[in-house]
Amino acid sequence: MAKKELELYIHIPFCMKKCNYCDFLSFTADEDTQRRYIEALNREIAFYGKHCKDYVLSTVYIGGGTPSWLGEEEIAAVMETVYAAFSVKEDAEVSLECNPGTVTARKLSVYRQSGINRLSIGLQSTDNRELKMLGRVHTFEQFLKTYELAREAGFANINVDLMNSLPGQTTDSFLATLQKVCRLRPEHVSAYSLIIEKGTPFYDLYKFDAVKQAAGMQTDALPTEEEVCAMTKMTERVLAEHGYVHYEVSNFALPGYACRHNIGYWKRAEYLGVGLGAASLLSNIRYTNTGELYAYLEGSACLRPGLWENPKEDGQTEELPAVNLHVSVERIDRRGQMEEFMFLGLRMMDGISRQEFEECFGVPIEAVYQETMAHLQEEGLLIKRAGRIYLSERGQEVSNYALAQFLS
Amino acid sequence: MSVDQSKIRNFCIIAHIDHGKSTLADRIIESTGTLTSREMQAQVLDNMDLERERGITIKSQAVRIIYRAKDGEEYIFNLIDTPGHVDFNYEVSRSLAACDGAILVVDAAQGVEAQTLANVYLALDHDLDVMPVINKVDLPSAQPDEVVKEIEDVIGIEAEDAPRISAKTGLNIDQVLEQIVEKIPAPGGDPGAPLQALIFDALYDSYKGVIVFCRIKEGTVRVGDPVKMMATGAQSEVTEVGYFGAGQFIPCDELSAGMVGYLCASIKNVRDTRVGDTVTNAKHPCAEPLPGYKKVNPMVYCGMYPADSAKYPDLRDALEKLQINDASLQYEPETSLALGFGFRCGFLGLLHLEIIQERLEREFNLDLVTTAPGVIYKVHKTNGEVIDLTNPSNLPDPSEIDYMEEPVVAAEIMVTSDYVGAIMTLCQERRGVYISMEYLEETRALIKYDLPLNEIIYDFFDALKSRSRGYASFDYELKGYVRSELVKLDILINKEQVDALSFIVFKDSAYERGRKMCEKLKGEIPRHLFEIPIQAAVGGKVIARETVKALRKDVLAKCYGGDISRKKKLLEKQKEGKKRMRQIGNVEIPQEAFMSVLKLDED
Repeated sequence: MAKKELELYIHIPFCMKKCNYCDFLSFTADEDTQRRYIEALNREIAFYGKHCKDYVLSTVYIGGGTPSWLGEEEIAAVMETVYAAFSVKEDAEVSLECNPGTVTARKLSVYRQSGINRLSIGLQSTDNRELKMLGRVHTFEQFLKTYELAREAGFANINVDLMNSLPGQTTDSFLATLQKVCRLRPEHVSAYSLIIEKGTPFYDLYKFDAVKQAAGMQTDALPTEEEVCAMTKMTERVLAEHGYVHYEVSNFALPGYACRHNIGYWKRAEYLGVGLGAASLLSNIRYTNTGELYAYLEGSACLRPGLWENPKEDGQTEELPAVNLHVSVERIDRRGQMEEFMFLGLRMMDGISRQEFEECFGVPIEAVYQETMAHLQEEGLLIKRAGRIYLSERGQEVSNYALAQFLS
Repeated sequence: MSVDQSKIRNFCIIAHIDHGKSTLADRIIESTGTLTSREMQAQVLDNMDLERERGITIKSQAVRIIYRAKDGEEYIFNLIDTPGHVDFNYEVSRSLAACDGAILVVDAAQGVEAQTLANVYLALDHDLDVMPVINKVDLPSAQPDEVVKEIEDVIGIEAEDAPRISAKTGLNIDQVLEQIVEKIPAPGGDPGAPLQALIFDALYDSYKGVIVFCRIKEGTVRVGDPVKMMATGAQSEVTEVGYFGAGQFIPCDELSAGMVGYLCASIKNVRDTRVGDTVTNAKHPCAEPLPGYKKVNPMVYCGMYPADSAKYPDLRDALEKLQINDASLQYEPETSLALGFGFRCGFLGLLHLEIIQERLEREFNLDLVTTAPGVIYKVHKTNGEVIDLTNPSNLPDPSEIDYMEEPVVAAEIMVTSDYVGAIMTLCQERRGVYISMEYLEETRALIKYDLPLNEIIYDFFDALKSRSRGYASFDYELKGYVRSELVKLDILINKEQVDALSFIVFKDSAYERGRKMCEKLKGEIPRHLFEIPIQAAVGGKVIARETVKALRKDVLAKCYGGDISRKKKLLEKQKEGKKRMRQIGNVEIPQEAFMSVLKLDED
């Protein structure tokens, strides 16, 4: 029997310093904590390896935090555990996130040797003042050095993360960032609009501005909604001019370099997340690991499978397989699967395939979403063409509204 | 059991708002041992949560207290607490009619206020003996001697031996109790005469049915007696009589002339029990009812709709239950294109409206959409017909209207001399007609104005307080109708007229109010995929316009594996918000927007 494909996400929650906008599960930690965490992570990976014998890994993604902040031996050890525990496809995409200034030639060479073939570098901006304002720990010049070292080490698939709509940012300064990055010709670019998240230093500084921005009013420091729109349009235009294909809300790639791991999330592939706070989707059950570091370290020392009791609407409880690291286990019912299929699938520019929907759920998409789709088509937000269903340009601008229509 | 009439004292406490009426009532009850202080929650008589929160009395309450006086005799005190707001003047007058005397509480720091005067005149109208008490003498700013002089000068009643008390600390409450025995007259009436009892309040109990609060003026009532409500004609048999302990009903054998108590007569329909009506014995009726009954008429109307249209029957049931306890609440079904099925409700005033609204929401768990309150206009049609207009949507075509009239109140405002100018400006702005001004003393003036009711129902009281820094007090009564230039202001949202947002306005104010209304609505209506014009129009002519810009961008930049549940919830929440809105054409309007007109003068 052919093995099923599985994606593996590995979370490294450590950073040298937290950025001003960041609400990810990341923090700084001493070397001993880092060491204990990697041990725990390796135990978790090995544990799942034993229980996932009929799976083969198609992608691996080491994200954070800043995985490159750790020593190269630790990343090598993690990758060794992965290869020992799982069978990994020959052409697997193996990505690692890194920040400029945290990598050396030696590190990069160890990464290559341990099987990592894709790097995602967090640049955000080429303007050093903007980098400082964001609370980043590096300069543009350090990024250039890192990028050069990565190419020298043989990385032929590199992503660069960018951010627009920053406080005080102008379309001109962002245009400069785009152009400088395009000149380097990374295979992949992720361009995000800044979101002011609760619990970050930026929230305290810009929460009122964020509300004004969302209401289409005049703002003080943040760009207005109009300017955000202009920057988004400009991103799409400039990257297209340089041959990048816009394939998801915030993601662009040269042909053949779209991130397979992330596409898996939007196509509802099965994925296993290991590490602090990581999420998995296995047999249509979504699992979430604890986000408490010490609970994670302790729990991983005595990993054991068990049963999770979920109360159901009819008053019965449903028992789901789980592990003692999980803090949430949720079965996604058929309706929920359809909703996810739609709201995740439509994030991609080529949308979803009618045929895939039918193969997945055994009914034509019209049987479920005829009315919703007709309504969105009427509003000019949705396009149906050649067996595919996708958002129009206007639909992309207001995608939250359009996607929400598929939820009940 | 027979009770010696000479040992009964029926009285109420009257005061300006905040002068300490309820606190004094508490102290009287406490010091006579009716309740131990442990059992006593502050302000026993205000037993609705709402009353306690707002610090006002909405419903009349009564309590019976046994007091052993210094002469060694035991007296029965029936204390009837009266509502303290101008909206409830009729209820106040019926409560007063159930008493033989009144304790007048005056704040030692504030002195005589507009409502003090209004209440005293009301008490004197009912031939009550008024016994003044100076409260809050413990305050540093207290000037009891000046206040005594003021009571004598302004009101014209003897106040030299008025007890100087602090209801808060309990100081000199014993003097008050002794004076009640000395100064409040004992009730009269013949226990053997045909029954004549005054209803001063009623409430609905799910076990006992309607409980009627009454004062027996003549005769006696016992369990088993057939009784009749003289105004409504309802008849039934008495199932229980009793008196009021603090917070509980205590059954007894009979109530006779001079007593205050309650009776239950398995009355099913609360509309049969009207405050002010006379209860008599159906077999041996009295010759005529007690004077003073009138059917109270609402002054303010608004539309009330359930936010969830499926809750319409619940709203109907809730209104019916509230009407049991509150005969002055009126309602009749109506439909609105924008809001669906609901009720046009009539209230005594804006406070009454707010209270009913809050009770519906709290006690009956209803989510309401309320339209802008309005008054009753008289529309004289060219064919000679006159209609009472309570809903702006029902205004006839202008070609059929000869002229319109609006209600006007006679307002009395008492204010310190520093703010006379500011208050007169306010009254002028509200189309007031100056009547008179007199200085009651050097620093205080009583200003009289005739004001259109629709100018005072929204926010006049707040404006008055803010322009006088809280020093002005205000009282009014309906004076009559005057001819006025009125127009209907319509609101169009995305070119569609929204009936529930229309209101009647004085012609010269139409432009200003229309402009403000559009501005306000612009802030209330969320952005849609398309641009939404908001227009104010009079007679089809647009006089003001605002635009809600189209939504430009609404995107979640990131959504990866660990984030999917959270992002899905975010989108669900966004969609959920829409469900609580009203769809008019293809525009979603939040419920709050329908109250916008109330907030026009804020900011």
